[in-house]
Parts: sequence; structure tokens; C-alpha cells
Amino acid sequence: MNEILTKSPQGHIEVRNFSLSYDSIEGPVQAVTDTQIHVRPGEFVSIVGPSGCGKSTLLNAVAGFLKPTTGIVTVDGERVNGPSAERGMVFQQYSLFPWKTVRENVEFGLKMRGMPRSQRERAARTLLGLAGLEAFEKHYPEKLSGGMKQRVGIVRALATGPKVLLLDEPFGALDAQTRVIMQQILTNMWQRLKISVLFVTHDIDEAIFLSDRVYCMTARPGSIKAEIPIPLERPRQQSMMMSSEFLALRRGLMSLIREESLKAMGGEINDMGLQGLNIELHGHSLADVI
Amino acid sequence: MSSPALVRHPEDSMPATTAIAEAGSVPAAAPPPSFGTLALRWYRLNRGGLGAMAIGILSLLAFLLVWHLLTTYRVVFFVRFTNVPSPLAVYASFTKAIHDPKFLMHIVLSCRRILIGFSLAAIVGVPLGLIMGRFKLVHEIIFPVAEVLRPIPAIAWVPMAIMLWPTNEQSIVFITFLGSFFPILVNTLHGMTLVDPVLVRAAQCLGARERSIFREVYFPASLPHIFTGLTVGMGVAWVSLIAAEMISGQYGIGYFTWEAYSLVQYADIALGMIAIGVLGLGSSLLIRGAGQLVMPWRSR
Ligand SMILES: Nc1ncnc2c1ncn2[C@@H]1O[C@H](COP(=O)(O)OP(=O)(O)OP(=O)(O)O)[C@@H](O)[C@H]1O
Ligand SMILES: [Mg+2]
Repeated sequence: MNEILTKSPQGHIEVRNFSLSYDSIEGPVQAVTDTQIHVRPGEFVSIVGPSGCGKSTLLNAVAGFLKPTTGIVTVDGERVNGPSAERGMVFQQYSLFPWKTVRENVEFGLKMRGMPRSQRERAARTLLGLAGLEAFEKHYPEKLSGGMKQRVGIVRALATGPKVLLLDEPFGALDAQTRVIMQQILTNMWQRLKISVLFVTHDIDEAIFLSDRVYCMTARPGSIKAEIPIPLERPRQQSMMMSSEFLALRRGLMSLIREESLKAMGGEINDMGLQGLNIELHGHSLADVI
Repeated sequence: MSSPALVRHPEDSMPATTAIAEAGSVPAAAPPPSFGTLALRWYRLNRGGLGAMAIGILSLLAFLLVWHLLTTYRVVFFVRFTNVPSPLAVYASFTKAIHDPKFLMHIVLSCRRILIGFSLAAIVGVPLGLIMGRFKLVHEIIFPVAEVLRPIPAIAWVPMAIMLWPTNEQSIVFITFLGSFFPILVNTLHGMTLVDPVLVRAAQCLGARERSIFREVYFPASLPHIFTGLTVGMGVAWVSLIAAEMISGQYGIGYFTWEAYSLVQYADIALGMIAIGVLGLGSSLLIRGAGQLVMPWRSR
């Protein structure tokens, strides 16, 4: 347990000259092109961008599920070529094993590593306690609410002590209040474990509130349009979201994303008339609404 | 704080207050309720089930009554009930039969054939389906043959089975095996194709290798369909067994029923039929029970 909690910061992600195209009947689909990103040890980095710009593609390549068409992905200098327990992943669809109880789900990674039963039970209990889930250890995932499922998903990904945590719109299916709580829980865990986080989201507020740095991607084929440092102090409070600093960051990111979203949607939007659309959205960017 | 546009699926989440409450405490122990309140609660929870059971019993009684009336008045109305035994006659032959070692032997033999044929089908069909679902090459080799053989009803195999196997007993077991094999194989394979690839990915980035993924993801994910296959397979096994016993058997409950007709023991025909029904029902209940035991996460 202690070994998991007090590891020295590592998990330096580097993605260089990265591009990836999918094969399809109409020929290759260029999803991501000419992309460089990095995450320093212990850093929290988000990726935002219009729908379909290749955020998941990039994240899945870091996880090792997809091979880059060109370029290279490394973690602590080692080339990524396949999924591994060093890189924990949290999915939007929760993806808990329905046939395992909450605790068995959390134990899974430790079991794969060959940890004896009693030891991994104890470790799983401790971790579930940190996420406020000890009362639910014997429940099957089906019986949990969305927020609880995703807490289990995060705890499960952290149980093996990965160097980096990858999250693909983990709170996308949750309502606004649950989302806020989940953001707090994730921040707490990240600060405690001092691991690197790469976080994909649609939600600009979420990206700013959580991150040290935010990458904004262009419309497909995706590449990095801008890199925005978030100098807000930590620990962050909900009240900061009203601060002029936060709002300025938000305005900046929104206009970047709006440009790209409009590009991504192409002609359809122009036909409808942009004027009316802006009024309807009350200042929220397209990416917020989609 | 967050923009209002973010509320996407409010129904599958919980309000913030409960989330905090859940996080804080284990539910406090209330004083144990009295027997009376427990009984009342049990009644409230199961009221629907009790009602259904009452209706079920009434409808069975009504069935018996109609049967009784049709046979005692020897109704002839398109179908002829002149020779059909009455429920009481069948009951009389039942009380006689349960003391008759020959009748019990017929039942035991049929059950043994089902047990061997069906078990073999499950032991071969489930692993084969799992492997075919996982390894494309095995699938490509075996699937065409299976597709050609599958539409042939097990009964059509009777002459071939008699030629293939040295003893009658073996050929009957073989027919039973064939009947249940294909439903089990096809359903297992179907279950394998439906496994959620995200779960496989989740297992992979928790450090699972091929063998563990097979054991911990593909197999449990396919279990519901495997059990569908076993249930269907058990039904077809009985159909095939009874047909095979009637055609080529010397013993077994199917043979008993057919023999009763030849010997003009009309009550025994109905007795044989009811015995077959009860055995079929019992065996599918057994499989359902095993399914609930093996898949605790699926019991409501
Ligand atoms: N298997 C595939 N074959 C062909 N094209 C694909 C495949 N997967 C994704 N794409 C395309 O690649 C592009 C990038 O997809 P990706 O899922 O990475 O986008 P995303 O930014 O995560 O989108 P979203 O915000 O909707 O989750 C999309 O335009 C998509 O249509
Ligand atoms: Mg995506």
C-alpha cells in the first residue's frame, strides 16, 4: 500500500511527430497529424478540441491500443508498443466488469500481477476507502450510480500504481453536480499519488479547473492548435471559476475551439446562418453544446 | 459553475448530497424488526408472485377438469376423445407404475442417456465455441462444416447412427448428443462475438495477458449466452432422445410410451407423456439453477 502511495514522481509522456490514419474502404482516414505533446512527471494535462478531431485516437495511442502511423510515443524514455499496467486508463463507458464485485474489479490489476489474495483484498479496501466506497465493496457494478461506477473505474486504474493515468471523457455521461464531485475526487487522488495525468474532455471549464496545461486541437485531421498554461494556484476552489483570471482563460479557449468547431461542421452551419446560432447559444461555444 | 449544456444524462446519476452521504458512512444498524413486520414486508414484496402462483394453480386445475369432462363424456368433435384415458385412469396407472421396477428402469435409462449425451455436448460445444470465437482460423475451418450439419435434425441421423455405432445404446446417446450440440455451440459462439471490446481493453491496461483475458473477460462475458445454449440444447436433447427411443430403442421412457400404444395400454401413453414433460421441465430448472449459481451478478 505505502509503496503505491509514496512513489517518487515519474511518468514522463512524450509524443513526437505523431500522426495516425485509419484504414477504411474509401482509403486512409487521417485522424491525427503532425502532433507533439508531452506531460511532465506529476503534471495534469488536458486535451480539448471539437468532436471527431482525434482526441481519443491520440489517447489510445498513448495507452498502446493503436500504433502511430508515423512518429513515436514514449513514457519515461521507453517506447510504447502495446497496453500495459504502467498506463492506467479510465473510459467514458465506465467499463467495469459486470461479473465482478466492486472490490474484485479494483483487485483485478493486482491479481494479474500475481499478488496473493489476502494482500490484494487489503489494498483494494484501502483504496476504496479513499474514494468513499468501502460500503459498496460487495456490490455488483450494475447496482451503482454513474458517479460511483466512475469512482470505481478510477480506483481500479490507480490500484496497480501506474506511472500515468489516461482518462477519455470520464465524466461525460454524468450530470453537472456529480461531475463537480468527481473532479474534486480526481484532483485529490492525483495530488496524493503524484502521477501524471492526460485528460480528454469536451468541457472547457473542466479542463481549466483541473489542469496545469491544456492542449487545444484543430478540427480533423487533428493537430495541436495551441498550448495554454493554467497558472491558477492550487488547491483550487469552486469559487475560482468566477475569478477574472479563470474567465479570461475560458474566453481564450472558447474562441479557439469555436473556430475549430465551425470548421469541423463545415457548410451545414453556414447554411443555417451563424448570427442566429450565436444568440441561441448564450455565449457557450459549439463544443460545449455538442 | 459548469455550463448548463453539460447536463446530458441526468437519469443515470445521483444528486450531490447523496454522493457525500454515501461517501461518509456505513448504513447504521436499525433495531431488528419483529417477526410480524418481517412477514408483512415479505408478503408486500412477493404479492405479485403469490398472485401469479395462485392463478397458475387454478389454470392447471381447470385443465384437469376440462380433460376429465372431455374423457368421461367421450366427446367427439373433430378430435375423438373416445379412447383417451381420463385423468383418474392415468393417476391409477401412475400409482401402479411407481411400484413397478420396470417403469423406473425406463426413466433411469432415459435420464442416463440425457446425462451422457448432453454432458458430452456441453463439454465439447462450450470450449469449441469459445475457441472458435477467439481464434479466427479455427472459426474459418470449423464453421462451414457446422453450418452444413446444423440444419439436419437429429432424428434424421437415426439410420446413420445405427450404422456408425456398434450398440443401440451408443447410437441413442449419439443422437441425444447431436441434438444438444449445435444449440450449445452456436450460442457460445454468439456470446463470444458480443463481448464488449472496451472490457477487453480495460483488462489489457490492467496488465492482463491473453490467457487471463480469456478466463476473466471472454468466458464470463459469454456465460449468459452459454446458458441460453444449454437451456435450448437440453430441450432439443429430450426431443431427439424420445424420437430415437421410439424408433430404435428397447428401453427408455420414449420406448415405454410407444410400447403402451402397441399393447393398447392407453393410460400408460398419457403417463409416459406426462413423465417426459416432468423430466424435461426438471432438467431445464436444473440448468436455470446452475446458471443463477454461476452468475450471481445477474440475479436481480
Ligand atoms: N476505426 C476507425 N476507422 C475510420 N475512422 C475512424 C476510426 N475511428 C475514428 N475514426 C475517425 O477519426 C477521427 C478521430 O476520431 P476520435 O474518436 O479520435 O475523435 P474524438 O476527438 O475522440 O471525438 P469525440 O470528441 O467525438 O470523442 C474521427 O473523425 C473519426 O470519424
Ligand atoms: Mg473521443
